[in-house]
Amino acid sequence: VLALFGITGVCGIALLVVYALGGQTQVEGVLLFGALGGLGAGIVVWGQRLMPARVRIEPREPITMAPRAIAELEETLTEEAGFSRRRLLVVGLGGALASLAAALAIPVFSLGPAPGRSLFVTSWRAGRRLAIAGGSPVRASDVPVGGVLTVFPDGDGSDPNASTLLIRVGPDAAATAGRPSASQAPDAGQPPSATDFVAYSKICTHAGCPVGLYRSSEHVLICPCHQSEFDVLDGARPINGPAARSLPALPFRLEADGTFTALGDFPEPVGPSFWDMHR
Amino acid sequence: MTEDERPAPGRTHLDVTPPSETAREPGRSGGILAWLDERTSAARIVRAGMRKVFPDHWSFLLGEIALFCFVILVLTGTFLTFFYVPSAADVTYDGPYAPMVGREVSAAYDSVLRISFETTAGLLMRQIHHWAALVFVAVVVLHLCRVFFTGAFRRPRELNWIVGFILLALAMALGFTGYSLPDDLLSGTGARIAYSAALSIPFVGPWLASLAFGGEFPTDAFISRFYVLHIMLLPGAVAVLIVGHIALLVLQKHTQYRGGPAREDNVVGRSFWPVQAFLSSGLFFLTAAICSLLGAFFQINPIWLFGPFDAAIVSSPAQPDWYVGWLDGALRIFPPFEPTILGITIPSPFIPGIVIPGVLFTIVALWPFLEARFTRDDRPHHLLDRLWEHPRRTATGVAILTFFAVLTLAGGNDVLAFAFGFEVEFLTLLFRWLAVLLPIAAWIVTYRLCRARIVEGERPGPPLAGHALVRGPEGGFEELAE
Repeated sequence: VLALFGITGVCGIALLVVYALGGQTQVEGVLLFGALGGLGAGIVVWGQRLMPARVRIEPREPITMAPRAIAELEETLTEEAGFSRRRLLVVGLGGALASLAAALAIPVFSLGPAPGRSLFVTSWRAGRRLAIAGGSPVRASDVPVGGVLTVFPDGDGSDPNASTLLIRVGPDAAATAGRPSASQAPDAGQPPSATDFVAYSKICTHAGCPVGLYRSSEHVLICPCHQSEFDVLDGARPINGPAARSLPALPFRLEADGTFTALGDFPEPVGPSFWDMHR
Repeated sequence: MTEDERPAPGRTHLDVTPPSETAREPGRSGGILAWLDERTSAARIVRAGMRKVFPDHWSFLLGEIALFCFVILVLTGTFLTFFYVPSAADVTYDGPYAPMVGREVSAAYDSVLRISFETTAGLLMRQIHHWAALVFVAVVVLHLCRVFFTGAFRRPRELNWIVGFILLALAMALGFTGYSLPDDLLSGTGARIAYSAALSIPFVGPWLASLAFGGEFPTDAFISRFYVLHIMLLPGAVAVLIVGHIALLVLQKHTQYRGGPAREDNVVGRSFWPVQAFLSSGLFFLTAAICSLLGAFFQINPIWLFGPFDAAIVSSPAQPDWYVGWLDGALRIFPPFEPTILGITIPSPFIPGIVIPGVLFTIVALWPFLEARFTRDDRPHHLLDRLWEHPRRTATGVAILTFFAVLTLAGGNDVLAFAFGFEVEFLTLLFRWLAVLLPIAAWIVTYRLCRARIVEGERPGPPLAGHALVRGPEGGFEELAE
């Protein structure tokens, strides 16, 4: 036991030295382990080996009070205060307390703004340019085929719920999806056309994580939180995992100068669903 | 019979005279004890407390370890509050961690980096705190399992079961709020998922989520709110309930395992003072020692690798702390079910994120009452059941644990897919089936095993290994539990 306490003493002093020298996480931890462990082991050994271990048998009385005692308590509570004779006053007191509680509960509503329409809208408006956060508007020629960019309205990243994925799926994929494609022959030199691009909300419709992974060979967006998968060529329809609603598509137009302009906000709420989202 | 003292089996025992009521005439006694007693008359109560009987079994120490973890958490947590800044304000990091220099981060994230890299012993304290939190919840769960499977929750202890259940819920809430405080990418994503689950509560969801987070996620308010919850309200509630938990335990006295002189109307064990007090305080230091070792060598939550929270970014793989894993798993494997009926949409996280945990936790909380009703046994019980003696209870407990285990594994389906080369889609499908079938299978197997054990116990045969027989004073043999 004394040896164990000795370990504690040595480790404690060593810990002071390490502190004084500036500290080092692992050494501190080991010394702390030694100090605490020595003390703990010493005390346990002392208690187990050096103390008389007497087994005691203690009787256990029934826990319940006698019925008479309960009745007396009830009487003390109600009769001595005269509650039974003053029913109306008791009701009045209850009412007063309830209304006070209600009044005091109102400040709870200061904790957050009324949701209102905030869940239905993002900061996208007709005419706002698609741009990466803090950057200049994206040009179609900047995005390689299979490329993904996270864009915000005019590059203003202050509304994270407006974050949008701009994906260049390429003319090939656009054609297989049965969509009208301006480019007839896929040609590396061909300038990108509007139909090569899609733009979907980046906020997962399941639990709101950013849908951050893109498997470009299969044109599938994957949410890393719960592995929902969305088919980019089919309106970002959920094809796997727990998400049940398509990622909302941002209406946009490819301008003559190669930049993209939003035609309005998302047509439906972005992110996770809520009960009255169709009101 | 008021009190009966006998030597522990196999131990020499010298001190036969009970501590005599030392003559304490007023004016003659001196010293600090007398001084205190003359002002509080607490000596009797303290002595009675010191003689509280503790049955000797390792499984009774789980609750104590949980208490010690809480003490360690308060101590290390207090250290951390001196340096932590609960603010979402933007600052530019300029500390010694080179990859992050010049990044715009929140003041909270910045302060945790400073605790980790600049404060002496800061990283150690942070890691001990996080490890102690994981051990805390784990030991609380083990303690709950011990109480559940031995039937220690039965009358008169239903009330204490509920207190303990609330403590578990508070421990999980403490863990989750604490996990969110560093404002790193991983924890921010966790908070985002919690917000989405709150949003899915029928109709009041958007209101509740807005009130809890101070607006539409992400907000600047939630760090400071979680901080107040984490360092004041929740630990305060835990402290008060721990006192209540122990007070009820002292009032009702310990349960005990069968065997030896243990009966329904007595408690057999050692007094609190001195042996149990020494064992318990030794156990406290040993718990702290283990947490120190974990904190020293096992890196946990390296937020400098995750990066600061940014609502538009996420990392993969993303796993929460272990006790939240089953919730995440439920969200991952629940089928895409989001019907819109009469213009009302049931959001997909509602059933796995709100209904399933709500139902499970309600069953656990009300279990003492459910069992009393179904078994029509509302009598007081102070002797504990052995695992197999109550097949339906044991089977139900094992089934619920199996369900949690499958969901927890499902919460790591991306990691499992990567490690074993499966497709995530296949694993999701597999876990959907396992979550339904394995608990049922576990129930049946456990029930059968318990029944078989009961039948075996009824047959005369050699005593089972692991049980000691003691020869009692009357000459008969008695089985001694453990």
